[in-house]
Amino acid sequence: MIGDIFEILLTAGFWAATIRIVSPLILGTLGELICERAGVLNLGIEGIMTMGAMAGWMWVFQGGDLWGGIVFAAFIGALFGLFHASFTVYLGLSQHVTGIGITLFASSLSYYVFRMLLPDATTPPKIVPFQPYAIPGLSDIPVIGEALFSQTPLTYLALLSVPAVWYVLERTPLGLAVRMAGENPVAVESQGIDVLAVRTGAVMVGSAFMAIGGAFITMSAFDAFYFGMINGRGWICVALVIFASWRPGKALLGALLFAGLDALQVRAQQLAGAQIPYQFFLMAPYVLSIAAMVVMSRRASYPKALLVPFRRGDRV
Amino acid sequence: MTHKSVSVMPLLSFRGITKRFGPLVANDAISLDLNQGEVLALLGENGAGKTTLMNILFGHYVAEEGEILVDGAPLPPGSTDAAIQAGIGMVHQHFTLAENLTVLENITLGTEPLFAWRRDIKAARTKIADMAAEYGLHADPDKLVGALSVGERQRVEILKALYRDARILILDEPTAVLTPQESDSLFETLKKLTAKGLAVIFISHKLNEILNHTNRVVVLRRGAVAGTVTTSEADRAGLARMMVGEEVNRPKVTSMMPGNAVLRLTHVDCQSDSEAQSLKDVSLEIRAHEIIGLAGVAGNGQRTLANLLSGLATADAGDVEILGAPGVADPTELVRRGVGRIPEDRHATGVVGEMPLWENLISEDRRGAEIARAGFVIDKRRALERSKRLIEEFDIRCEGPEAETRLLSGGNMQKLILARVLSRGPEFILANQPVRGLDEGAIAYVQSRLLQARADGAGVLLISEDLDELFALSDRIAVMYHGRLTPPQDTAGLTVGDVGLLMSGHEAESAHAH
Ligand SMILES: Nc1ncnc2c1ncn2[C@@H]1O[C@H](COP(=O)(O)OP(=O)(O)O)[C@@H](O)[C@H]1O
Ligand SMILES: [Mg+2]
Repeated sequence: MIGDIFEILLTAGFWAATIRIVSPLILGTLGELICERAGVLNLGIEGIMTMGAMAGWMWVFQGGDLWGGIVFAAFIGALFGLFHASFTVYLGLSQHVTGIGITLFASSLSYYVFRMLLPDATTPPKIVPFQPYAIPGLSDIPVIGEALFSQTPLTYLALLSVPAVWYVLERTPLGLAVRMAGENPVAVESQGIDVLAVRTGAVMVGSAFMAIGGAFITMSAFDAFYFGMINGRGWICVALVIFASWRPGKALLGALLFAGLDALQVRAQQLAGAQIPYQFFLMAPYVLSIAAMVVMSRRASYPKALLVPFRRGDRV
Repeated sequence: MTHKSVSVMPLLSFRGITKRFGPLVANDAISLDLNQGEVLALLGENGAGKTTLMNILFGHYVAEEGEILVDGAPLPPGSTDAAIQAGIGMVHQHFTLAENLTVLENITLGTEPLFAWRRDIKAARTKIADMAAEYGLHADPDKLVGALSVGERQRVEILKALYRDARILILDEPTAVLTPQESDSLFETLKKLTAKGLAVIFISHKLNEILNHTNRVVVLRRGAVAGTVTTSEADRAGLARMMVGEEVNRPKVTSMMPGNAVLRLTHVDCQSDSEAQSLKDVSLEIRAHEIIGLAGVAGNGQRTLANLLSGLATADAGDVEILGAPGVADPTELVRRGVGRIPEDRHATGVVGEMPLWENLISEDRRGAEIARAGFVIDKRRALERSKRLIEEFDIRCEGPEAETRLLSGGNMQKLILARVLSRGPEFILANQPVRGLDEGAIAYVQSRLLQARADGAGVLLISEDLDELFALSDRIAVMYHGRLTPPQDTAGLTVGDVGLLMSGHEAESAHAH
């Protein structure tokens, strides 16, 4: 059994699947990370991903092109981010309650709009999704080539956004303002910067990332939109941010770990499905993630002003 | 200085600034000027409105009335950016730094266009090093602020303002958090800054500093300007009177026949998180009608002793006897026995800020016959009645018993705690830093209440870092150093110098070594 698992780990198919599974997770996790680094917990993620999945897909189904669909999904995501921020940033209301509310609202709205535009569809209609693009040269490398360099462009985008987000946060003045807003908003105001604008911007951009993560599922991993598609991935992303101690690099690591376990369990199911009920395999990535979280999050240093609203004119 | 301001336009002037928070007038038509190169002291008690006025100047708050002129041009209200552009820099009373970020990041935030592709870290590092050399403000740009001492953090705050070419520097109670040595070096820095033409607004309520290091003093009282004097013509008593209004006399202990022991510690050891805080062989007896003052530099075991006496810790060795029974790690039991506790940190452990006054007032008595029906259902009507009575008796300034407790000022919050404790007629009172951070009026009130409790038969352990307070209130004084306690000595036979020596461990060391 152990030997079989090792054998799986050596196949290119396993790694290719891992990278595929990791793409929406890393986009969602980066999105959540951007929001939280600015001090705003965004539990709207599950709904915003659903909305992105629907919006991007619908754009293409109505005749738009694929990249247009991604931009449209990002735009809708940012819109929901603005919605979230107007409650949590400007009005200073509970970030938990607002986030859950947005998840419920955005998920339901997605299904509603889908049904409204396509009232007669019985079997889910399909689009032509992003096709794998083998990067010349690199894709010929054994195992790695097939796993990493024969993916869809959206996967490349997801992977490249990790260093991009890291760079913006760590190396640009804007990123510094975002981080500072999550650590001590009064310090941001004291340097003449509008805290509310910084936080709102971060939540909008973060939400756009989430929506693109959702769109990946209907436009790259699959070719259709159906009910329950996001299936808790948003919540996994929220957990991954903690796992990653709010760092983009570690977020990729955590997402890879989770995706790898997920890809592994599907294959292990086929090996041992006869002896062990398949539900145990389905459960495995989550159980192991919880264990990893417990270990990692004890050392996590969270943004000091996470969940703390900033109100102008309050006691400083 | 004054003759100059006639011909030269003041660098900064406040014109009739009024700011209200609900019914409270925090700033009442304040007008004042600041000239180039001067250090202007803003003097006033806690709550006089000093910070509020500076927050208006720096754009954190918007005033209801009045305007601010910098170089004769009106300053746009409510914009920190505009204030910084006008050359104003502020070192806040509570530092505005991000602990998880580096010194350099804290200083450079907001100094570059937000949408630039990269931060120019190299240029920033050079500029910080230059400023550090010029003003003697050393700070490692790559260190996390969380790793800095309070004094270093303050230097970073000053650097932050200078980095943005401040011409007017506001220092809000800068010395409150500094050791005397650190304060001295701050004043050195101020001298260098004013020599370069900066104007400084220096906020404090320490008269000595103001008399020694400023050019002019503006006194605020209850939000209004109570007077302006040139420092060289000012004297301590005059300033104090201006600041407080009427003369406030702090009460003094008068001799009284002690009664039976209410507290007896014999050879008590008690471990704590650090060696210095752990109690070692502590013996102490406190009797009724007696106040024992406990002197010591913070962090020498006072907290451990307080925890022990309020039921938050148990001794590892020795005997603890509180009001005739052994000490227990059970605050409820101790309170029931007649222990009154005035905790060190009133915000964190004294009250629950989010709960209304009345709930905080009855929280130690919620099962008592007066409040609870059948011992467990709170009768709100009776609780409110009692709260109203206490609010009146203890003169707690508030909107009423239903108001949120966190909105009280420090002095009123302390009165609330006093009311809760004293209304139960405690026989032993643990008063830990009872007047820290209060204004003169409130200090006198709290102290006279403690003396009243002593007269009524309580034994009091008064823990304080203020020697004047200890000498005024205590029958006997004991000193804590490194977890050891000297035997209490009659206050009459002690001088401040004696106690100071004991506090730095002198006699304790030799007594220990014999
Ligand atoms: N943001 C605020 N909201 C409500 N009340 C405030 C606020 N800031 C200050 N106050 C009140 O205004 C008064 C003046 O406070 P402050 O300016 O901080 O005094 P000081 O700095 O002189 O000690 C106090 O009674 C304080 O409680
Ligand atoms: Mg103040």
